[in-house]
Amino acid sequence: MRDIIRELTQTYGPSGNEEAVRAKISTMVADRADEVRSDSLGNLIVFRRGGGSGRKVMLAAHMDEIGLIATHIDDKGFIRFAGVGGVDPFISLGHRVVFGNGVTGVVGMEKMDKTKDLKLEKMFIDIGASSRAEAESAVRVGDMAVFEGKMEERGDRLVSKAMDDRVGCAVLVEIVRRIGPCPDDVYFVFTAQEEVGVRGATTSAFGIYPDVAIAVDVTRVGDTPKADTMDVSLGKGAAIKVKDQLLITHPGVKRFLVSVAESEGIPYQFEVLERGGTDAGAIHKTREGVPAGVVSIPTRYIHTPSEMVGMRDVEACAKLIERALERGVAL
Amino acid sequence: MLLERLTEANGVSGNEGEVRDIIRREIEGMVDEVRTDVLGNLIAIQRGDGPTVMLAAHMDEVGFIISGIEKDGLLRFEKVGGIDDRVLPSKRVVVGPDKVPGVIGLKPVHLQEPSEREEPVKADRLFVDVGAGSREEAEKKVKVGSYACFHTRFERLSEKTVKAKALDDRVGCAVLIEALRHSSDLKRRPFTLAAAFTVQEEIGLRGAGVAAWALEPDLALVLEGTICADVPGTDPHLEGTRLGDGPALSMMDRTSIASKGLLTHLVRTARDRGIPFQYKRITAGGNDAGRIHLTREGVQTASVSVPCRYIHSPCSVMSMKDFENAVRLVNAFLDSIEGGLRV
Repeated sequence: MRDIIRELTQTYGPSGNEEAVRAKISTMVADRADEVRSDSLGNLIVFRRGGGSGRKVMLAAHMDEIGLIATHIDDKGFIRFAGVGGVDPFISLGHRVVFGNGVTGVVGMEKMDKTKDLKLEKMFIDIGASSRAEAESAVRVGDMAVFEGKMEERGDRLVSKAMDDRVGCAVLVEIVRRIGPCPDDVYFVFTAQEEVGVRGATTSAFGIYPDVAIAVDVTRVGDTPKADTMDVSLGKGAAIKVKDQLLITHPGVKRFLVSVAESEGIPYQFEVLERGGTDAGAIHKTREGVPAGVVSIPTRYIHTPSEMVGMRDVEACAKLIERALERGVAL
Repeated sequence: MLLERLTEANGVSGNEGEVRDIIRREIEGMVDEVRTDVLGNLIAIQRGDGPTVMLAAHMDEVGFIISGIEKDGLLRFEKVGGIDDRVLPSKRVVVGPDKVPGVIGLKPVHLQEPSEREEPVKADRLFVDVGAGSREEAEKKVKVGSYACFHTRFERLSEKTVKAKALDDRVGCAVLIEALRHSSDLKRRPFTLAAAFTVQEEIGLRGAGVAAWALEPDLALVLEGTICADVPGTDPHLEGTRLGDGPALSMMDRTSIASKGLLTHLVRTARDRGIPFQYKRITAGGNDAGRIHLTREGVQTASVSVPCRYIHSPCSVMSMKDFENAVRLVNAFLDSIEGGLRV
């Protein structure tokens, strides 16, 4: 699975520009799916027919990553930008970014009397151009860039840009590739535009209208020095979400996931996330409502170019979902 | 003039009837079907063979609702939609269906504490004065719950520049009416045009969602009046748009990312026809596209906006050239559908 994670995290795919990620995942799952299609927002829907339980299960992991969108190019070739998703000015400063065509740039800032005044609107991307014309030959207004961030490994730990949520995509790809027959029809949905407002999940869940849904996404941890209090740590297993800002996990889904984890001896922890949400937030409010939950991958430094996960946690998440599907997601 | 009638009509969110009546009368002869839905959206259909194209513009504007009447006859109010408190004092308003004239008042400068002068006055310290000397006298003219609306005449400032209230989004309504007029003249219509004049955009894009649900469009264009801050003291990258540079195409705002295919198609259409256009340079704000593009299984959606300086104030300024070019672009877009849309 490490290779899949590397391949997917290193692919360019800010919100609304998920084409390359979609193409890679399509290739990875093509021979193991009964149907692969994409929809008007750019979601990739991978269907696996089940053994006739009559249930439809939707699994969702988002393909998009946060990024920067070029809004204006000045006479000297500096590119002004806005954030796509939750981009922090302090984290962005000094980082390398790369556009879809491979052009790289550096994030700089105007003179600032107090650093706490730093805002994205006072920053710019320098791609090394010396005029507007030169810059415009490489980057157009509306183009998006993402952080650079190679994947590094040390033992159990992996660090890369875009772990949020390519590691979730990798978990779903891995499951599609290795899982045997399941009782339920399963829709593996690789969603678009999660970072800007869980938008792809909204439309794909409407189309599928599943009986139950599980999102796979990263979550914050409270295990670093003087971190916000949060009872999720790296290395303690799959995080079963209880609540975040967009979702209260359906009690049946939570009970079911816990029972699978306990009977299979899969390490798990409960997650209560005070800020943030996932695709399940959109899915559970679809049509007349869908019982939904989230299997979260504990991750440090989310929304930075260096998001860190533990491989044993990732494996635990994959195994938990795989066993759940094999059993049939009956609540 | 249509734009004059539209902007001088009052239609604060939830109270769009006056605007709706003007539009309905204007378009009745051009469409196959026209109806008002439960929320108050005015829906008009021109049937044709091909995809259903939704064009949407919102009828509502920012304004006020009267929330209380003081003993001395002055009216308390709440804002409806996003209005900067600093633009309120001394502005003329009309209250209620009888359009009772009033003025937004504030304690005079002479009596303000120095500290009060340093901070902009908050709306909850302001009141509307309709000239009543007592609560009883005020109650004869207005009711708690009445809407109040800025009172501003449409005027030409120069040959190509106009000032008016509510250009956001009566200019979009005007572009949409012109599109219906253009499309009604077509001999053959390779699309069904579904026009939605929506309600309650300013308080959360509320009308557009149900309109799109009912219409099930294949693609949608939102027609807007948008932020234009090309004034002294604004850095070029924060201007949003520039007056006179043509209709603005949004790449992304708070509520949606434009359909890439549709945006590319619009740019190609504008270039082919020699219609000037600009990109909106900021991602702030949102519009009906936010709801429309997420309807059902998703709808390819983009926005075409006319730059309007000082929007969400009693008085905005717009270039008629931008308006005319927005009309040209939307009409050219409809014409291009025959050639096959690649979105």
